[in-house]
Amino acid sequence: MDFNHTEEQNLIRETVREFAEKEIKPVAKELDEKAEFSYELTSRMGELGLFGMNISPDYGGQGMDTLSYIIAVEEIARIDGSHAATLAAHNSLGIGPIYYYGTEEQKKEILPKLCTGQGLWAFGLTEPNAGSDSRGTKTSAELKEGNWVINGSKIFITNGATEITLGATVQAVTGVVDGKKEYSTIIVAQETEGFKAIEMHGKMMWRASNTAELFFDNCTVPEENLLGERGHGSRIMLHTLDNGRLSIAAMGLGCAQGAYEAALEYAKQREQFGRPITKFQAISFKLADMATKIELARNLLYKACWLKDNDKPFAKEAAMSKLYCSEIAKEVADAAVQIHGGYGLMKEFDVERFYRDQRLLQIGEGTSEIQRLVISRYIGC
Amino acid sequence: MKIVVCVSHVPDTATKVKIGDNGKTIDPKDVTYVVNPYDEFAIEEALKTRDAVGGEVVVISLGTDANKESIRKALAMGADSGILLKSDSYRDSLSVAKALAAEIKNQEAQLVFFGKQSVDYDAGIVGQLTAELLGFNSVSVVVDFKLEGEKITAEREIEGGREVIETSIPCVITAQKGLNEPRYASLKGIMAAKKKTIEDKEAAAAENYTEILTMSKPPAKSPGKILGEDASAVPELVKLLREEAKVI
Ligand SMILES: Cc1cc2nc3c(=O)[nH]c(=O)nc-3n(C[C@H](O)[C@H](O)[C@H](O)COP(=O)(O)OP(=O)(O)OC[C@H]3O[C@@H](n4cnc5c(N)ncnc54)[C@H](O)[C@@H]3O)c2cc1C
Ligand SMILES: Cc1cc2nc3c(=O)[nH]c(=O)nc-3n(C[C@H](O)[C@H](O)[C@H](O)COP(=O)(O)OP(=O)(O)OC[C@H]3O[C@@H](n4cnc5c(N)ncnc54)[C@H](O)[C@@H]3O)c2cc1C
Repeated sequence: MDFNHTEEQNLIRETVREFAEKEIKPVAKELDEKAEFSYELTSRMGELGLFGMNISPDYGGQGMDTLSYIIAVEEIARIDGSHAATLAAHNSLGIGPIYYYGTEEQKKEILPKLCTGQGLWAFGLTEPNAGSDSRGTKTSAELKEGNWVINGSKIFITNGATEITLGATVQAVTGVVDGKKEYSTIIVAQETEGFKAIEMHGKMMWRASNTAELFFDNCTVPEENLLGERGHGSRIMLHTLDNGRLSIAAMGLGCAQGAYEAALEYAKQREQFGRPITKFQAISFKLADMATKIELARNLLYKACWLKDNDKPFAKEAAMSKLYCSEIAKEVADAAVQIHGGYGLMKEFDVERFYRDQRLLQIGEGTSEIQRLVISRYIGC
Repeated sequence: MKIVVCVSHVPDTATKVKIGDNGKTIDPKDVTYVVNPYDEFAIEEALKTRDAVGGEVVVISLGTDANKESIRKALAMGADSGILLKSDSYRDSLSVAKALAAEIKNQEAQLVFFGKQSVDYDAGIVGQLTAELLGFNSVSVVVDFKLEGEKITAEREIEGGREVIETSIPCVITAQKGLNEPRYASLKGIMAAKKKTIEDKEAAAAENYTEILTMSKPPAKSPGKILGEDASAVPELVKLLREEAKVI
């Protein structure tokens, strides 16, 4: 077994950590408070090269391995969940499906614009009545005279309604074959007539990340906007989610790491009963458990990345990583607040934000229940 | 123009340094090493200068294979090539300067950037010693730098103001915080750095002129004393400052 990282992976961690600490940390609290999406930081993340990390330089990407990308997401999440969300959603859900399933023309046309930080792309699967059960999709696309005519709506779509969102990949029902619904994925550019993206407000977490509702009202796009083959929509979505799970796991790991470090630092300095609270076993054992959970989470997630980078099946381990990393993010953030006492409940302390931001991780891109469902199928239940 | 940046590989200022069993060196176990923070300003200024006037930037670091990590970072930031001057024994500042000067001469570089000091031994003289050995001009602790043709205009912060100095290449500049905002090693840069070469060379043999006898931690700070809450405590305070702390 080789647990060493490559020189590049170490440099990526160092550079992304420095960037997150210097550029994101000073403004994260305020952006969260105001629920403001930062175009400036999105652009800076693009300049650094964080968008398109896994795709070939032919399309403007960096051609790096999965683990490098996961390390980058982890390091951003260690500082702020919202920015990790913008990054992870755009890479895994926005860029991913177009890169893996797009035609050469689609890739050449769209991908370079998505690697700079000047353009974002969304992934529209969830609907008001189709969350965990994506087969409940009602949005339909009908082929008429060489065009897809789309009707329906999507909800909770990350990066869907920013000023720099260039479009979305949308799952729709494109017909019924042998009594079964046929699902396909279609590329819809943002300014298409009949397509409206409206920002959702009032989120508890990821407040500086953009979440949108998408509405399609006889939205008409050319037939060649089909992404991948007709009828392959579910397959494309599931594959995309396998990859996406790794990045949500990285967000859980990074969030846990950030909350743990803050708690450790605080506990060393906070004195009660005449000594630092780290000297009380109730606190030091909590911190020991937090460190242990993080170590386990990191090992599991990095192994899943290793499997993927070595072209081995990784879907089961991706689901396990997503489940475990997001659940320990909850436990660690909770303990971090506890260690901060009353101060942990105040916005002035970062753990307050971490405590809220972790909560999405057990819900988005497949709830914890759905991860258990996936894992239980893999182990033969 | 060929520009050299000298980079040292030092313990991260965030690591807790322990003194080794011999009492003369630090214990390198559990220490993370990074590019010396002041050298980052030197790298940035070298890159900016190259981008403005053309030429190439060569990074030189004296030390062991571990220093390649810092060289690689400079390459990822945009430097063109690197040289590791291999040396695994302790060297004092003059011995380091001699090895560096020999290689800089060999490179026929006209402009050399250093950090104003490295945060490990903090001697703050390697840049100037190197300049002297090479017979180059030198300006230290620089916060603003301009090169026009052969003319250099450099600014230094001095007590209560700024000093503007004019000189010319060949020259050694040592960089102070404020000189620039060092760029991040972009991911493209990191990938590109994989293809850049780091040449291994044996450093000139070490000959030290000074010797470290012991290293010790500063004495632990003793807890403060509260003498009183109002003006009535002042006489006692003055007395203790004079007799116990001996500061007035
Ligand atoms: C901030 C945010 C960003 C998001 N970004 C995107 C995006 O970019 N693109 C996108 O398509 N979607 C996105 N989503 C949607 C997200 O993927 C869904 O919220 C998620 O899949 C859960 O669906 P739901 O909210 O409809 O919950 P439901 O599916 O209604 O689930 C409700 C509860 O029932 C449980 N449950 C459901 N089915 C089962 C079962 N079979 N067995 C056991 N328990 C079950 C669930 O685990 C959950 O606890 C986002 C959501 C949020 C909040
Ligand atoms: C919204 C709000 C309203 C409040 N209202 C009031 C009010 O009306 N009046 C009032 O007087 N106070 C009030 N408080 C203060 C509250 O009672 C304190 O926050 C609480 O007692 C914890 O103290 P602390 O925040 O200083 O945490 P600390 O005492 O610093 O505790 C930090 C952590 O160390 C642990 N710890 C401390 N000592 C030990 C030990 N010996 N062994 C093991 N673990 C230890 C704690 O359990 C905690 O996990 C309020 C606080 C909040 C947030």
